[in-house]
Amino acid sequence: MTHSMDRTLVGLTVGFAVVALLGVFVLPDWLLSQTLIAFSRALAVVGLLVLWRTGLVSFGHALYFGLGAYTVAMLGRELGITEVLITLPAAAVFSALVGFGLGFIIRKYREIFFAMLNLAFSMVLFGILVKTESLGSTDGFSVEQPTIFGLGTDDASVKLIALFLGVCAVGWLVAVLVHRYLGSVLGSLTTAVRDNEIRVEYLGYSVAEAIHGKYVMSAALTGLGGGFMALALGQVDPESMVNWTVSGELVFITILSGPGSVAAPFIGSLIFELLRTYAYELVPYAWQLIVGATLLLIIFFLPGGVWSLISRLTGRRDAGRPESSRPESSRGEANP
Amino acid sequence: MSAILEATSLNKTFGAVTAAKDINVAVAKDEIVGIIGANGAGKTTFVNMVTGWLPPSSGSIKFDGKDITGLAPRKITRLGICRSFQVAQVFMTATVFDNLLIALGIADSHGFAALKPLRVADREARADAILRRYQIHDYRDQVAGTLPQGIRKLLDIAMAMVAQPKILLLDEPTSGISIEEKFGLMDIVMAALKEDGVTVLFVEHDMEIVERYVGRVLAFYQGEIICDAPPAQALVDPKVIEFVIGDEPQGQMMRERAAVQGGAQGEASDA
Repeated sequence: MTHSMDRTLVGLTVGFAVVALLGVFVLPDWLLSQTLIAFSRALAVVGLLVLWRTGLVSFGHALYFGLGAYTVAMLGRELGITEVLITLPAAAVFSALVGFGLGFIIRKYREIFFAMLNLAFSMVLFGILVKTESLGSTDGFSVEQPTIFGLGTDDASVKLIALFLGVCAVGWLVAVLVHRYLGSVLGSLTTAVRDNEIRVEYLGYSVAEAIHGKYVMSAALTGLGGGFMALALGQVDPESMVNWTVSGELVFITILSGPGSVAAPFIGSLIFELLRTYAYELVPYAWQLIVGATLLLIIFFLPGGVWSLISRLTGRRDAGRPESSRPESSRGEANP
Repeated sequence: MSAILEATSLNKTFGAVTAAKDINVAVAKDEIVGIIGANGAGKTTFVNMVTGWLPPSSGSIKFDGKDITGLAPRKITRLGICRSFQVAQVFMTATVFDNLLIALGIADSHGFAALKPLRVADREARADAILRRYQIHDYRDQVAGTLPQGIRKLLDIAMAMVAQPKILLLDEPTSGISIEEKFGLMDIVMAALKEDGVTVLFVEHDMEIVERYVGRVLAFYQGEIICDAPPAQALVDPKVIEFVIGDEPQGQMMRERAAVQGGAQGEASDA
């Protein structure tokens, strides 16, 4: 197992390095831009992956995506802080704090109630933003030019490359850290909590705390992803950052990617972005049809997501079994 | 001899139903106690109160002199009372080996130590040793959800023992196990428990098992303890025969035996 962990670390490092090099030297700007957007979302999906392995699906993580995006945008607009080394961590920390607070309520719920409670909270933020004229209500507002170490640029393609490299570096770091986390004792309390909460309690660990911790982690990662998205689009508005459709996209990508590896969200997210672009080119008014059909195919034929395909091709053993393949009797029974 | 577990005036009511009525029990270290009673007699309620799943309506539970009444299960586990379940509670999608690794990992880790890797050589060696002790090493890499009932029960008990508790409560270790397997399973469990020097309380329907493995019997009827004695005495007690054994499969046999030993007493049961 240690051997295969090394393999993942090596794979992540090589993978991100190759993508970064391709981005700088080969890829056209439009593809660079799509990868930037895809990887921004992938950061959020890594958080959802941790929740999914715990047996929890959130239909409301646009809340944290939006909080992250608006944190970055408002720091620039209200306080003139455009330094990404401040704004992006702030996006993650602020989302984490909100997630920590809401977590006390949310950790009591499971399954559809967990999903819907998250949705409810995210729609509250959506409602507030839509009604707040000083934040541009439905139009939102544009994000100030970002700077790093005080340096900024007006050259759009330089900015794009810089952001792209940034999201690759942060993506690599997040993937490595979350991979480490999943290999730890706390990380094993993802699938263990999903399988049997009673046993976890009787082994001496609080299920509520385990879920709360993972929830805060997912909130932080989603906030970070939202922060990158604000920088990538140069604009924040409720519709594209906080609406329930954004939450839906994140869940879509999570299922598309599969829970098998922390690398999966990056691959799945890129596939989703390209799929959507080409579907839109092909049938501008019915692209959702193609995207939806793809999801159906994945659910029917690849319940472990695209990652299960990759792991099959490379002969890996799938670490996180997908929800749908677990035996019926696996839920912990309330009490004999 | 001081008591390791002491329940004083325990009561538990669910609405109008009394599941436990004025229970007073003191268990000494290293005792092996069998808890018997018909369905609904309050055996599992007692176990659930001791392990923190249910807070008692009144009364107190002391463990090693400390009051543990109403503490959460995980806190009681950390103090040193663990349990197995009537329906084995294991991680169904994980392998047998991973089940034990996770259990060991949780037992080993407090606070931020839980961020250290799960799979370390020392822990893997301990997991393997436990699998051998409970004779389930052949199933090491099998997913728990696919295990035969008896093996899953052994795994459940092995996981409960991982934290090296001072008291272990077994809730019907042989339920769902075939007659041919039950003694083999109990031999493995009892040998392993003896090695660890743990005080055992176990709920059991099977009087043959009770007779063979316990040193003391607590018989429950309608939430009350109606008999607290060594098995030789308890299993021929007329009240026990009427209210407990009469409902059991071996009731007939036990009644006959009691009739031989106790003469006319045997007639007390007409169940």
